Amino acid sequence: MTVLDMDVSDAKRMARMRVINRIVIYGLLGIFAVLYLMPLFVMLVTSFKTMDEIQGGNMLALPRSPTLDAWVKAWGQACVGLTCNGISGYFWNSIKMVVPAVAVSTVLGALNGYVLTKWRFRGHTLVFGLMLFACFIPFQSVLLPMATILGNITRFGITLRSTFGTSFGLGDPTANLAFVHVVYGLGFTTLFFRNYYAAFPDELIKAAQMDGAGFFQIFWRIMVPNSLPIIVVTVIYQFTNIWNDYLFASAYAGTGDAMPMTVALNNVVNTSTGVVEYNVNMAAAMIAALPTLIIYVVAGRYFVRGLMAGAVKG
Amino acid sequence: MAFLEISDLRKRFGSLEILKGINLSLDKGGFLVLVGPSGCGKSTLLNSIAGLEPITSGDIRIDGRRVADLHPSKRDIAMVFQSYALYPNMTVEGNISFGMEMRKIPLAERKAAIERVSKVLQIGHLLDRKPGQLSGGQRQRVAMGRALVRDPKLFLFDEPLSNLDAKLRVDMRTEIKRLHDTTGTSMVYVTHDQVEAMTLATKIAVMRDGEVQQFGIPSEIYNNPTTIFVADFMGSPAMNLLPARVENTGGSVSVVLARADGDELRLAVGEEKGKLLLRGPTPNLIVGIRPEALTDPAGADRHAKNVVEAECQIEVVEPAGSDTFAVTRLAGKDVVARLRGDALVHAGQKTFLAFNMDKAVFFDPATERRIA
Ligand SMILES: Nc1ncnc2c1ncn2[C@@H]1O[C@H](COP(=O)(O)OP(=O)(O)O)[C@@H](O)[C@H]1O
Ligand SMILES: [Mg+2]
Repeated sequence: MTVLDMDVSDAKRMARMRVINRIVIYGLLGIFAVLYLMPLFVMLVTSFKTMDEIQGGNMLALPRSPTLDAWVKAWGQACVGLTCNGISGYFWNSIKMVVPAVAVSTVLGALNGYVLTKWRFRGHTLVFGLMLFACFIPFQSVLLPMATILGNITRFGITLRSTFGTSFGLGDPTANLAFVHVVYGLGFTTLFFRNYYAAFPDELIKAAQMDGAGFFQIFWRIMVPNSLPIIVVTVIYQFTNIWNDYLFASAYAGTGDAMPMTVALNNVVNTSTGVVEYNVNMAAAMIAALPTLIIYVVAGRYFVRGLMAGAVKG
Repeated sequence: MAFLEISDLRKRFGSLEILKGINLSLDKGGFLVLVGPSGCGKSTLLNSIAGLEPITSGDIRIDGRRVADLHPSKRDIAMVFQSYALYPNMTVEGNISFGMEMRKIPLAERKAAIERVSKVLQIGHLLDRKPGQLSGGQRQRVAMGRALVRDPKLFLFDEPLSNLDAKLRVDMRTEIKRLHDTTGTSMVYVTHDQVEAMTLATKIAVMRDGEVQQFGIPSEIYNNPTTIFVADFMGSPAMNLLPARVENTGGSVSVVLARADGDELRLAVGEEKGKLLLRGPTPNLIVGIRPEALTDPAGADRHAKNVVEAECQIEVVEPAGSDTFAVTRLAGKDVVARLRGDALVHAGQKTFLAFNMDKAVFFDPATERRIA
């Protein structure tokens, strides 16, 4: 055997090792991907099946004759507790709570970040530290104090109603929930925007000041239009958290017509009149998950970009 | 009364005093350059004039009016920033018109002003682009356009050329000078580049650690530096600053420098300076000789009264085309001489150099101040 032969066989061995490495890596990735997608897959196929097919067949099998019946029933007729009007009303409850809560907490977070980085005041680090601390407060410890505050707000709303004929929305469970989520989310949104704006050039603010722009003009005309990545990150984060929240929802709007989607879904699944309608449950769960899925698909690529943007100073 | 007057201006960040009593003035239409090493407080001073930093004490007057308490937009000032600070979300046109929009100037007037400025700066074809789609030089022009469109009383520039490559920097420097000549507007210009300072200024303020070391016209700063710092900072290659001893032998005063081989080099100074040196606080001082005052004998200034020729060992030769720089050693330091471009010198050779002592300056090493 010559030296050259040895080199060739070495190179061959290395190439083979590389191939094996690839196979192992992609194999593992594939397995985990399948594992993660499995529940979604089962939900999806089950929601398109009839009850007969579910009882008789394989959980993983594709539906023989796909039907939207279960989706229609979940939306319009499924029973939530004693009322059987489907989940549509609760879906809108969630929308009515999430959209204002996300919008308000994002705008306030942006304003906080703007002030904390560009209009520094004495003690700004302390304020930011406290805001940061708010991110680490567990949900559970907020429950009781918040219930007291909401109680006071509700009482104030009743007073308003008896004097002005309207409570201005104070005490309405949906408004209450939105308020809770704004307060709880503010720490996170402030953190996101503060870090993003810390890397935002101060000279732009100075230039705008020389141009005669005021505090809010600089915010709306200069800061906000240049914040798309971090706005997307914040909106996705807040939307997913608030939409998926169950604890606050069940604590402050856990009964009656004001229930948000998550609580209603739980009730659909727990309302058993005879057979468990898996296809309807799955369809309801899919409907509940749809908005967050859509948000990810539409804005997902900005999400990654936005997360990176804070990391690398531009 | 001068157009711009800064008196005893102080600025503190917390307990740190960044500007320690600045006094400057500029006549109408003048070009004041603030020059100094990084971190000496040039930007802080400029921001104070602009109103972007509140001042701790002192006074700033523009055209006779106290501006220290006025908002930046009310001072009738325009500023060009180091990073250009163009609004990334707006087009070039939007950037230039933003200030006018904030001042509620009617659309027709805005359009006319944009057209005027874009003609002056030749950026008409860029108006629809975003700053991200422009080259460095184009951004620079747009930033100047944004300042120019305001037609202010005073222009402020904060190192506007430091982000450009060398060639473009020289071009834009000329452009700024032309702008100053055509508009006649007073300007304050910050740079750490002493060449920029010399070429642009009608007045230079050399700053160090929050103080103005010297304030004067460029030739004054260059030829008569009052401190070692100014002498060293202005000029390229830098002034040779050499430790020496004053001696009075038989009525003629000279300074004595140690040579590399242990001998001494004796440079006779003129009568006038000699008297000052003898009266000075110390026999040990620092001699400052600019490279162009140290040449080959044939290239020496014929009108100089006190020229000393001495043989020196040349260690390094750096031809630079128009000039040849030769390095020799004196008083334990490298000394740069500036010879004619075609001077015949070689490294390792001994040659005669002419010391123009008319141009030499002398400093007290303890106070770093000028003696003569
Ligand atoms: N906002 C600030 N807070 C504290 N120190 C500052 C601030 N801005 C500038 N400084 C300090 O003031 C000094 C002068 O800064 P600057 O005016 O930017 O210098 P230059 O423009 O000459 O490089 C520096 O030491 C800098 O660290
Ligand atoms: Mg600076």
